[in-house]
Amino acid sequence: MLYRTAGQFKTSYQADQALFPVRQDAILLGIILAFAWVIFPLTASEFTFQTLLIPILIYSLAAMGLNILTGYAGQLSLGTAAFMGVGAYACYKMVTIMPWMNPVVAILLSGVFSAGIGVAFGIPSLRIKGFYLAIATLAAQFFLVWLFEKWAWLYNYNASGAIQVPNLKMFGVYVAGPQADSMVQYFVVLAIVTLMTMLCINLTRGNLGRTWKATRDMDIAAELIGINLMKSKLTAFAVSSYIVGVAGALFVFMWRGAAEPNLFDIPLSFRVLFIAIIGGLGSILGNYLGAILIVGLPVVLNTLPAAFGIPVSSSMVEHLNIMIVGALIIFFLIIEPHGLAQLWRLIREKLIIWPFPH
Amino acid sequence: MLNDIFIKPFVDMVEAPDFLLQVLWEGLVSGILYALIALGFVLIFRSSRIFNFAQGIMVVFAALTLVGLHEMGVPAWISVGLTLAVMFVLAVTIERVVLRPLVGQPDIILFMATIGITLFLIGFGEIIFGGENKVMITEELGIPTDSVVLEPWGGLLILEQKDITAVVVAALLVGALLLFLNKTRMGRAIRALGDDHQAALSVGISLQTIWVLVWFIAGIIALVTGIAWGARAGVSFALEVIAYKALPVLMLGGLESITGAIIGGLMIGILEKVFEIYWGQPLLGGNTETWFAFVLALIVLLFRPQGLFGEKIIERV
Repeated sequence: MLYRTAGQFKTSYQADQALFPVRQDAILLGIILAFAWVIFPLTASEFTFQTLLIPILIYSLAAMGLNILTGYAGQLSLGTAAFMGVGAYACYKMVTIMPWMNPVVAILLSGVFSAGIGVAFGIPSLRIKGFYLAIATLAAQFFLVWLFEKWAWLYNYNASGAIQVPNLKMFGVYVAGPQADSMVQYFVVLAIVTLMTMLCINLTRGNLGRTWKATRDMDIAAELIGINLMKSKLTAFAVSSYIVGVAGALFVFMWRGAAEPNLFDIPLSFRVLFIAIIGGLGSILGNYLGAILIVGLPVVLNTLPAAFGIPVSSSMVEHLNIMIVGALIIFFLIIEPHGLAQLWRLIREKLIIWPFPH
Repeated sequence: MLNDIFIKPFVDMVEAPDFLLQVLWEGLVSGILYALIALGFVLIFRSSRIFNFAQGIMVVFAALTLVGLHEMGVPAWISVGLTLAVMFVLAVTIERVVLRPLVGQPDIILFMATIGITLFLIGFGEIIFGGENKVMITEELGIPTDSVVLEPWGGLLILEQKDITAVVVAALLVGALLLFLNKTRMGRAIRALGDDHQAALSVGISLQTIWVLVWFIAGIIALVTGIAWGARAGVSFALEVIAYKALPVLMLGGLESITGAIIGGLMIGILEKVFEIYWGQPLLGGNTETWFAFVLALIVLLFRPQGLFGEKIIERV
């Protein structure tokens, strides 16, 4: 009823290929953007910013980067956290060497470093495929985290071995560091994430995106129709690592405020992979849905026992959390292996033809 | 600098051969354990194309169950039997609840499901047995804990008896497994399933039974690994990291090959120890064991994309 497409005629191929072939999609997106840009900032508390809004956006961005590589180009990667780390450390070095630098520019530039390292670790993908490649990306994961720990120059030789985000100003307002306001940080994150999402949607719809999809679906066939596999795979690694690197810089500078090398260990990689897979591989929307589920669920689970007045110790809650997340991953994989985005696609189809079944 | 990389380590090796032997022995023992875990991976991968990430947590879970049961007052050997029963129930449950609904899904989905199993078992294990470090019931199981001291070339070589036991038990287990796979009906069915799913199904091999069986065997291997590794380092969830060590072993040996898993495990165990002692600690600040195996496997894979012993990958359009 709400999604009825009757009366929306397409008179040109261009209209048929448009970003929003159905008008309601555009309206829905407009409503979501209005919520993100106006209503949430007006109503959200400090707690909501720090535990839900900012992390959900950052995790979605990281998952989007991974999704470009795994969902669109078909190269399974387990080293996401390490590339996030590269972004974070690159950003840290930039703002400490050049304190006058605009922090947002530094964050956007830090992705370039992780893109470079991503391409270097992507080179084996030209020979190695499938699970072998997944394990190969673990080499990046373990090696880079080891490097963050041992290369003291990266953390400016401080005794703790951790990086601490300094107070950074942009146009006279603190945007990072202990003095920054959550709402300002939220807007910075939201702006960057919106920008990156637009970039991703257009990339995946364009020539490059179609090359990636052909590589994913069958790389030998893609090669036979004249796609340069090396170019396709390495651009996927570059774009993916760039986005993941930016997400890593945001992760430390806009949310955590400090980072130790083991923050970028393998559990973070898996968390991002969960988001991408539960959300839906090969979908941009899925990253957001997955991030809402994976980030939001523990918060909900933490508050539930207290709300019902059940006395449960905090360690018990933590263990239960892990268990329930594990069970939910299996549950969602069983009910919809193609992710939450596919679930939404089905609902939308049904809404369009409602009340008829076909 | 070049001297430190290319000459000094070898001079050190020749000057202290007893120390080199000690390093090789330590590497061999951990290599055996890597090989055991990799074996669990290979068995499941061959029969179902599932890349079972949960093998590492199964090791922890088996060891925790054993120690936990013993703490409740169950005699050591009976708790071994009970733990095996628990592993069997686990295998049946995983097959029923997780694998059966997911038959035919893409590999990555099944892989994710095993990560889901991993998380579930971590949470479940911590709730039941608590998160703190436990001591493996080495003596109660009759494993000797003394050490053998040898003096080759007037030097000193210490072999712990529990390590010797681990090596012997592992060798026996591998032998028994090979016998089982090659000589029994069930074993042949497992191998047939590994060669061709549909052909195996068409001659009447039951997929469900074989999957339960394979996961149960992986559970037995996990228990043995858990006992051996727990005797060395205590039982805790930190044990899970050795599962990551089995991954480069698989790459090196090839995902389908049992021989590959064993040889790959021994190679990685020994080489990473030697690299850590002679190159890592003096030159790179130590702790290189976290990544050395992966980088080694990566380099080998660049030349042989299917691993040293894996099946040749034939691609068709």
